[in-house]
Amino acid sequence: MPKARITFQDIQQTVFVPVGTRVIEVSEKVGSGIIYGCRECDCGTCVMHVEEGWNNLSEPSVLEEKVLRENMAGRHDRLACQAQIIGDVTVKPA
Amino acid sequence: MTDSVNVSGHSDAIGFAPGVYWIGALDPSLRTFDIILKTANGTSYNAYLIRGSAGVAIVDTVKENFAADFFRRLESVAAYDEIRVIVLNHLEPDHSGALPQLMERAPQARLYISRRATAMLKGLLKPCSSAFEYTTVVTGDSVSLGDRTLRFLHTPFLHWPDTQCTYLEQERVLFSGDVFGCHFCDARLFNDKVGDFRFSFDYYYAHIMRPFKQHVLDALDIIEPLPLDIIAPTHGPILRDRPGRYVRHYRELSTSSLSGEIGQSEKSLMIFYMSSYGNTARMAKAIYAGADAIDGVRVSLFDLEGGETDPFVDLIEGADGLVFGSPTINGDAVKPVWDLLSSLVVVNLRGKLGAAFGSYGWSGEAPGMIEDRMRGLKMRVPLSGIRVKLIPSDAELEECREFGRAIAATLAGKPLRKQVLDLADLA
Repeated sequence: MPKARITFQDIQQTVFVPVGTRVIEVSEKVGSGIIYGCRECDCGTCVMHVEEGWNNLSEPSVLEEKVLRENMAGRHDRLACQAQIIGDVTVKPA
Repeated sequence: MTDSVNVSGHSDAIGFAPGVYWIGALDPSLRTFDIILKTANGTSYNAYLIRGSAGVAIVDTVKENFAADFFRRLESVAAYDEIRVIVLNHLEPDHSGALPQLMERAPQARLYISRRATAMLKGLLKPCSSAFEYTTVVTGDSVSLGDRTLRFLHTPFLHWPDTQCTYLEQERVLFSGDVFGCHFCDARLFNDKVGDFRFSFDYYYAHIMRPFKQHVLDALDIIEPLPLDIIAPTHGPILRDRPGRYVRHYRELSTSSLSGEIGQSEKSLMIFYMSSYGNTARMAKAIYAGADAIDGVRVSLFDLEGGETDPFVDLIEGADGLVFGSPTINGDAVKPVWDLLSSLVVVNLRGKLGAAFGSYGWSGEAPGMIEDRMRGLKMRVPLSGIRVKLIPSDAELEECREFGRAIAATLAGKPLRKQVLDLADLA
């Protein structure tokens, strides 16, 4: 299975994961400061900032874009409960 | 303009600045608010009306059951067809309860809410929300009433995501929403006339605003520069006598008293435990010894049997990392641990580091259950908890010391774990 690399900048931890893994599946296990509320694309608690590899995450759905907009998320912010890792990325809590 | 008033027994609006009126309602019989708050003499739902040369604005409404009082007071100073602007600083039902009726009576009015309020508007007013036209606003936006201007301040999470404040420039009045409010019902309305509400003010802060201290500080940064003659909150007395005192008090309440005790370069780690036969206590002491060996971390050890919950909550608010130890009894963590963990909703734990441990007889569920609770409290739990069957051996106590070192090192930003891992290693 192809793998990709995700680096959590706040804790300087890199993890190799199968392509398609959601960020939420990794970040809690390593103890990144990205935190979660509803875990289903509603509350916007898990907004994260993508430092590198913006195009190496799955495209945001219409619903995710709406939640990001309502939460006044910045440029290159995504929801960690939704974004799937498809290439090398570096992220941190927003 | 009114100096002394007593609104019980009459239904007129009360003017307290040129063209500015209180049109709220009193609820003196309420004893419990929102399940979590006691109200020894009830509360008030404050709503306001501002008259400008080009129309009337309403700022906030009241709880639905009190809509009749609100509309009677409104009608005493304005006609519905004069209303051009409706502002909701906060959409909780005690302030949005009369909104549907108000929009029906004043269909020409435009509703102004914060950007984060849109989803809540739809959730709260499901049957009729689609009929509402609204404008979302942020700091810097304003709306003119001719000779009066309302400016909006984006002050989220005080205490919902949607909250904002509205400032009437010409009269230097801040309509603050729940900020600077309290559950205190007094028909004399103004802080220089009502009974002693200091306890209610601090109690309200402690239960409503305290979990959002950083957001309070962010809001104060934009409120403090404003010239303020009056603060008009949605609950409790209108603060017209030295309102700046309340702004300063909010800053004091929002600044941690522990900040002077732990050095800027140090992290505070607190270990709490309960033990029945002394085994979890032995583990706690070993974890404490291990953590204490890491530079840059100040470690404290507390036996929950010897303390009350509330002071521990105060301590936890200032900590960077928390470790909870509990034996497993009947498949669960013990009650004093749950009592403390269930009392932490009044403080912000977001991003604090957490870990769990405990001795057990045959199943050992407690550490995992505590970890789940900590994640639910938005803490990060990077290291799997450590469990020991009954009496810890010397080797197991050494594992506990290593666990303590690992927690403290992670807290200090120097994790012992390899910096590059495979997801399979974390399973």
